[in-house]
Amino acid sequence: MKGDLVAGVHADRDVCIGAGMCVLTAGAVFDQDDDGIVVVLDEHPADVAAAREAVANCPSGALSLTEE
Amino acid sequence: MVPIHMQRAGFDPAPELAELRAGKGIKRIRTAFGMEAWVVTRFADVREVLSDPVRFSNARLQEAGRAPGLPPVSPEERARQLAGNLLAADPPEHTRLRRMLTPEFTVRRMRRLEPRIREIVDEHLDAMERHGPPADLVAEFALPVPSLVICELLGVPYADRAEFQARSNRQLDLSHAVEDRMRAARESRAYMAKLVAGAQADPGEDMLGMLVREHGDDLTPDELVGIASLLLLAGHETTANMLGLGTLALLRHPDQLAMVRDEPERVDAAVEELLRWLSIVHAGTGKMATVDTEIAGQRIAAGDLVMCALPTANRDPELRTHPDALDVTRGGAGHVAFGHGIHHCLGAPLARMEMKIGFPALLRRFPGLAEVPGTAEFRSFSIIYGLTSLEVTW
Repeated sequence: MKGDLVAGVHADRDVCIGAGMCVLTAGAVFDQDDDGIVVVLDEHPADVAAAREAVANCPSGALSLTEE
Repeated sequence: MVPIHMQRAGFDPAPELAELRAGKGIKRIRTAFGMEAWVVTRFADVREVLSDPVRFSNARLQEAGRAPGLPPVSPEERARQLAGNLLAADPPEHTRLRRMLTPEFTVRRMRRLEPRIREIVDEHLDAMERHGPPADLVAEFALPVPSLVICELLGVPYADRAEFQARSNRQLDLSHAVEDRMRAARESRAYMAKLVAGAQADPGEDMLGMLVREHGDDLTPDELVGIASLLLLAGHETTANMLGLGTLALLRHPDQLAMVRDEPERVDAAVEELLRWLSIVHAGTGKMATVDTEIAGQRIAAGDLVMCALPTANRDPELRTHPDALDVTRGGAGHVAFGHGIHHCLGAPLARMEMKIGFPALLRRFPGLAEVPGTAEFRSFSIIYGLTSLEVTW
């Protein structure tokens, strides 16, 4: 994997306000539990662009993306 | 005189504000309530202010004083009026309230409301069709649809709905005298208190019922009344004005209208672009700086008020190329029409769903929809931008 772009998605459930923007932007990567709080479905998504957009648009700043 | 951050030129923000964004980015203004505030105009700066509830407080704003000319209220009544109002709260109080409401606004929960919203939309289109042209789209469609959706959400009984709608309109119509609106607001709170008492005695499947069942021990009756009142205020005129003004925007851009009407797969992007382009909420809630700080290179002193101009932020060339063009094919969620940060609109999924259902249904029912020239009336002095009326024919 050396040299490959691998994105790691992380969500801080304590910071999440349940706006649901991540589900709207990258529904394959994120979901909301019954309380409306973010759940990461895919920690290493193929569609990095959508994940990046979701991270950038998260109103509460609960999402982060590490690229290695 | 309309304060600068509430001025518009048709669909566009006031030219003076766009110039400010291209220049210094921030300036001292006088608000509608006679107080001085900083107005912030760039997308990045607006997001910075809205993202930081520690430096920029909503709750502290309540200390900044009340609008001149309003009758005084006792501290106890003031506290009652603010209970449950998420927009007047900072963490941890805000976090506590929002966590209780979040489950009711998930994308999944909204899908359960979808069939009922479709029915409400169709009923009003039926009535318009029966009545025949011309019709005032604001009064016949844009206003009643979100109002009935709120009734549905709150569990307002059918028998009360006409009266509920009339009272909401009186309370929210800024063309009415302030005394009339305050009287309507008191009546509205009294009604909500009745609704809350009913939910406590016999909790139904609506949102108040859910709050009582799940959090009955954590929420005071005043807080429940406050939550219900905020949902009414925040969910009523916002969506109504998006439906009204959005329809006019599409009527004046026929190529864009045709795509919304004929290409269902485009509706999500179209709604986002209309939200961005119209930015009907001028500024959201004001903030009070809690510390000496800096925005757009300007020193802000602790205690200063800060307003975020959402329309100029959403028309910032840093956000979109050709930001002043309405292009429904490119819509994305990266705008601040619903605000940003912890106060990002709780009802955004509901608003989106009402528009995604409402616009195509209206345009398909009346493929020949056209404005009656000269009848569209923009609201020049209101917390929320939009139309007071729009005569249409078909």
